[in-house]
Amino acid sequence: MNKNNQKITIQNLILHYSDGTESLQDISLDIPAHAITVIFGPAGGGKSSLLRVLNRLNDLVDVVKLEGEVYLDDLDVLSPKTDVIALRRRVGMVFARPVVLPMSIQENITYGLEIAGIKDDQRLEDSLEKAALWEEVKDRLDDPAVTLSGGQQQRLCLARVLALEPEVILLDEPTSGLDPISTGKVEESLQALKEDYTIVLVPHSVQQAARTADYAAFFLQGKLIEYAPGNLLFTNPQDQRTQDYVEGRFG
Amino acid sequence: MTDQKGTRVRYLKQRLGFRLLSSMAILTILPIIAVVIYIVIQGAPAISREFITGFPEDGMRAGGIWPAIVGTFYLTLGTAIFSVPLGIGAAIYLSEYAPQNRFTQMIRISIINLAGIPSVVYGLFGLGLFVLFLNFGTSILAGSLTLAIMTLPVIISTAEEALRAVPQAFRTVSISVGATKWQTIRRIVLPEALPGILTGVILGLERAAGETAPILFTVAAFFLPRLPNSPLDATMALPYHLFVISTQVPGMPIKIQYGTALVLLTFVLSMNIIATVIRSRARASRQW
Ligand SMILES: Nc1ncnc2c1ncn2[C@@H]1O[C@H](COP(=O)(O)OP(=O)(O)OP(=O)(O)O)[C@@H](O)[C@H]1O
Ligand SMILES: [Mg+2]
Repeated sequence: MNKNNQKITIQNLILHYSDGTESLQDISLDIPAHAITVIFGPAGGGKSSLLRVLNRLNDLVDVVKLEGEVYLDDLDVLSPKTDVIALRRRVGMVFARPVVLPMSIQENITYGLEIAGIKDDQRLEDSLEKAALWEEVKDRLDDPAVTLSGGQQQRLCLARVLALEPEVILLDEPTSGLDPISTGKVEESLQALKEDYTIVLVPHSVQQAARTADYAAFFLQGKLIEYAPGNLLFTNPQDQRTQDYVEGRFG
Repeated sequence: MTDQKGTRVRYLKQRLGFRLLSSMAILTILPIIAVVIYIVIQGAPAISREFITGFPEDGMRAGGIWPAIVGTFYLTLGTAIFSVPLGIGAAIYLSEYAPQNRFTQMIRISIINLAGIPSVVYGLFGLGLFVLFLNFGTSILAGSLTLAIMTLPVIISTAEEALRAVPQAFRTVSISVGATKWQTIRRIVLPEALPGILTGVILGLERAAGETAPILFTVAAFFLPRLPNSPLDATMALPYHLFVISTQVPGMPIKIQYGTALVLLTFVLSMNIIATVIRSRARASRQW
């Protein structure tokens, strides 16, 4: 991989929770810009933990040990001196369950902008367009966001992140609760978005991993087992454990 | 054929269950309605402009109860000033900031226990601390502080409960789009919890407005036919006045007693109605 094209550099990352879980064990991984990097593996492998490190959402969680280095371009992500607010605007996150805030559709988008002190009406439409939701909501922007369907809510969550014009988008099983059609729409949006963003996706199935991955990292019990371009990893895995998982023999 | 019959039996059972539950609900509100009707019938003849806005005369056997109304209003206001900001602040601390350890757990248990202390004990405590030690005298200040201490646990625990009921995911999402913890609390958590918090506040203040024991030693004047003109003045108050005219004054016309009860009831119930209105407005404006 081209070293200059790396957006996120992770070196020897170790993360333990207060209950003793060794959730990430010595992870080193470079995530390239303008591509979809898929983090996949069986439950409890540390995928969500890794994502939460990247925008420091793990600050909210009981972490006892956090070692190693994470760089976003030149920014030392884990340094206590890092401005986490600015970091989180650069690294947005979409969660497994669509969580819309208890406000209108429009306010869900403008909430993060207002807090950032940004007054830019164009961003509302742009972000909803990019999340493939504009046509469906343009006439009902003042309706409560909870009145949207689950799939629409998840695209609203994506639009909320896009409105902040981040550089990296983290998605933790964003389609796990969605029907195949909504899932397809989200995946389509992601394919279009990777031109401009760095995307890190935890897929909800191996099939989705194979469909979407430019690069794929297989995580098993806190360890990175294999990391390769998607077309290689899914057709010709080097590690027996990766092969077993991809072929559906465990997990 | 038999299948249809089964459906009908189930349907009848459901109807029966519904009837049973609704009659139980009616049974529980029946005593309340009875009390209200009784007090209205007994008290209504006493109600007049003169009774509401006049001063007591003839050893309280005639005239009005204006000083007691004003006194209760001031006491409720004073209680709110001391207990509402502090109570909500404490609830925010406990729910959003305090580490979940033994110490916090102890604070929480203490608050629950405080809510169970008989009000007369608060009265004695207020007498000792505010009236005597801090030398506020029997005054609106001393009474409000005493009532505030009594009200605090109710406000804190209901407000904390309302804050905790706000889904954790809202906080995580807000933080993840770059909000600080305080912005998250102010813009997402508090508005979401507000109806619940208001309920707690009004419940607490309602209780304070109707209590006799805590004001007995700290503020209430047996008979003081003038309005207080500073927080350090004593005052008459509705619940205590009702106690006095019901038990301490021989030859008291019964309609004045019930008239006073009716005014107190109206005062408390209207707080309830205000709370309900605010709550449903809050709900409606967020269209939940
Ligand atoms: N807040 C936490 N406190 C303690 N342990 C945690 C916490 N979050 C995760 N863990 C543990 O860390 C390990 C990795 O969890 P993580 O959620 O990162 O896995 P995952 O790969 O995302 O799994 P899944 O596919 O189920 O989402 C698990 O053993 C989990 O139990
Ligand atoms: Mg996960």
